[in-house]
Amino acid sequence: MNLSNLFRIAWRALNKNKMRAFLTMLGIIIGVASVIAMLAIGEGSKRSIEKQISEMGANMIMIMPYDNKAVGGVRMSASNVQTLKIKDCEDIRNKAQYVKDVSPYVSSSGQFIYQNNNYPASISGVAPSYLEIRQLKIKSGHMFTDSDVKRYNKVCVIGKTIADNLFTKGENPVGKIIRFNSIPFQVIGVLESKGYNSMGMDQDEIVLAPYTAVQKRILAIDYLHGIFCSAESEDLAPKAVESITQILANNHNIGNPDDYDFEIRSQEELSEMLTSTSDMMTILLACVAGISLLVGGIGIMNIMYVSVTERIKEIGLRMSVGAREKDILMQFLIESILISITGGLIGVIFGFFSSYGVKFFAGWPVFIEPWSVALSFVVCSAIGIFFGWYPARKAAGLDPIEALRYE
Amino acid sequence: MTVHSCQNRLQDVETVVDQDKKRTMEKRKIIELTNIKRNFEVGTEIVHALKGISFSIEEGQFVTIMGKSGSGKSTLLNILGCLDTPTSGTYLLDGSLVQSMNKDQRARVRNRKIGFVFQNYNLLPNTTAIENVELPLMYNPEVSTSERQKKAIEALKVVELGDRLYHKSNQMSGGQMQRVAIARALVNNPAVILADEATGNLDTRTSYSILKLFQELHREGKTIVFVTHNNEIASFSERNIVLRDGKIISDTYNQTILSAAEALERLPKEENEEEEVI
Ligand SMILES: Nc1ncnc2c1ncn2[C@@H]1O[C@H](COP(=O)(O)OP(=O)(O)OP(=O)(O)O)[C@@H](O)[C@H]1O
Ligand SMILES: [Mg+2]
Repeated sequence: MNLSNLFRIAWRALNKNKMRAFLTMLGIIIGVASVIAMLAIGEGSKRSIEKQISEMGANMIMIMPYDNKAVGGVRMSASNVQTLKIKDCEDIRNKAQYVKDVSPYVSSSGQFIYQNNNYPASISGVAPSYLEIRQLKIKSGHMFTDSDVKRYNKVCVIGKTIADNLFTKGENPVGKIIRFNSIPFQVIGVLESKGYNSMGMDQDEIVLAPYTAVQKRILAIDYLHGIFCSAESEDLAPKAVESITQILANNHNIGNPDDYDFEIRSQEELSEMLTSTSDMMTILLACVAGISLLVGGIGIMNIMYVSVTERIKEIGLRMSVGAREKDILMQFLIESILISITGGLIGVIFGFFSSYGVKFFAGWPVFIEPWSVALSFVVCSAIGIFFGWYPARKAAGLDPIEALRYE
Repeated sequence: MTVHSCQNRLQDVETVVDQDKKRTMEKRKIIELTNIKRNFEVGTEIVHALKGISFSIEEGQFVTIMGKSGSGKSTLLNILGCLDTPTSGTYLLDGSLVQSMNKDQRARVRNRKIGFVFQNYNLLPNTTAIENVELPLMYNPEVSTSERQKKAIEALKVVELGDRLYHKSNQMSGGQMQRVAIARALVNNPAVILADEATGNLDTRTSYSILKLFQELHREGKTIVFVTHNNEIASFSERNIVLRDGKIISDTYNQTILSAAEALERLPKEENEEEEVI
């Protein structure tokens, strides 16, 4: 028996029952499409998190004050905890191992004004090394220097969003004076745009000024809201964190880790945490999609079963004109494989459409991995064979005379 | 001259020689049954459907097998058609021993040497006449697609359905469906055509026209075994085998064979007008 004839036979049989074939296919279409879309969403969010983290600086370490004395579950906001001082920052810079750059951090939110334009945002007081730590680049003008820091100079570097909103007439911001809560700052540089991150935060809504200026001229405080450091490399981040912890514990005279009044987060931890959540989400989504694929497969089995019972007489006839068991088996197997492969192909197309639909309408990042397409395709062909086998076996095992007599 | 046409010439010569042989020598035996028994186990009981049947059918014979319901006609025909195997006895079909064949070999024999016609036509539902007729050839890899179509059209022309090639089975009358079924039985040029109550579902007029077709096929040299319980039909064939209780009770040759064409003529006039519709 040549295969092309068997294909023709199976094809004709399917054609006789287009509606049934289509409904059977629907299960597979939905299954494959959802597997592809779910994996695309999972992979997309994972990738965007990874990208965002590496953009933020993969070896970044954040030190935040931590209020361990709060009772009754009420915790003061971190900015009111006054435990981090500039001395801590200097000690880290001088003594900590594996640490490359260190920058103090203070911030205040308010209104920026230039001529008739105003824009609400916060100003971050940092050291020049902050650029290096956060992987930021100057597009025009220049960054403020250590001497600006020493002199409490009221200069700043602004992000694209701020520049666009304050300088609406297309003026060059560099050299202009803007006001933050009526305190004048001179713009000396504009940062390169970084766009939105995966959480939808605008990374260009940023204003950097010498931390001394923000501390003394805006906030009138002498403590820090945080310290940003970078490890010498991503791998060395845990060791750097260890070293920093010792220095701070020593400076603050705290022996018991439970009593630490600071909190250190390395980007590595953060990235592990975020990617593991997104991995878990991917697995969960894939499971749901996989179940729908399985249901589709059972649908095929069900329909093939009904189709065998419905066509017992036809099978008897085919045997009487010379079809061998093998031929009948192959016919039904090919039918179910045709259903699942056609369904699979349509499912792949639908998967692409729905993935990009999600991207377009919901704005979620998606990424279709070639292997996810290959996987769902292979799985659905396997389902076709697996679930088609049993009914096909049943059809092939029929006794020709009894099949012919069947009413 | 090509080798191919040379072979054709040779074959022509051979068939001439064959026909000469036929005229001079005793005819070749297509079917030879010796002491065929068929038992069915029903629960603890054993039903003896065939209790030792022996006969042979020569090439080109038109035989009817008759008998009351339950006498074993269908059981016998199924054995002849290699759909069933006897419990004991030997069956030679066209010179080969059927018992020694496995399932696949029997399927091959059904495909190449046997044409079945059933009482209830057994056409594929919702399928065109030509596709139905092509069916046996679909299971024969030696026949190419174009050959298959050609043969199917030829067979449909033989049964006078040359103008209904693409009519679907559910758009046809009983007589037409049976003609399609006969075309399907003819298409593989079988050694023997087996019909089980082929006119059982049809009215008198249509029955006669189907019988006429069988008689024409017989005249062209086809071997036909026709099962019926209608005595009248038996008189259109050349030989009658009568079964009772799984045994042959008589095996006679008809002295006068009636013509189905004439019987059709003799039917009342008013019905005659419908003949076109058949
Ligand atoms: N598969 C089977 N299992 C058990 N008994 C069977 C089977 N097939 C046939 N028989 C028995 O064998 C006997 C002969 O049956 P068969 O069908 O050959 O009769 P028949 O001559 O064709 O009758 P009819 O004219 O009604 O078609 C009957 O007694 C029947 O009950
Ligand atoms: Mg019968």
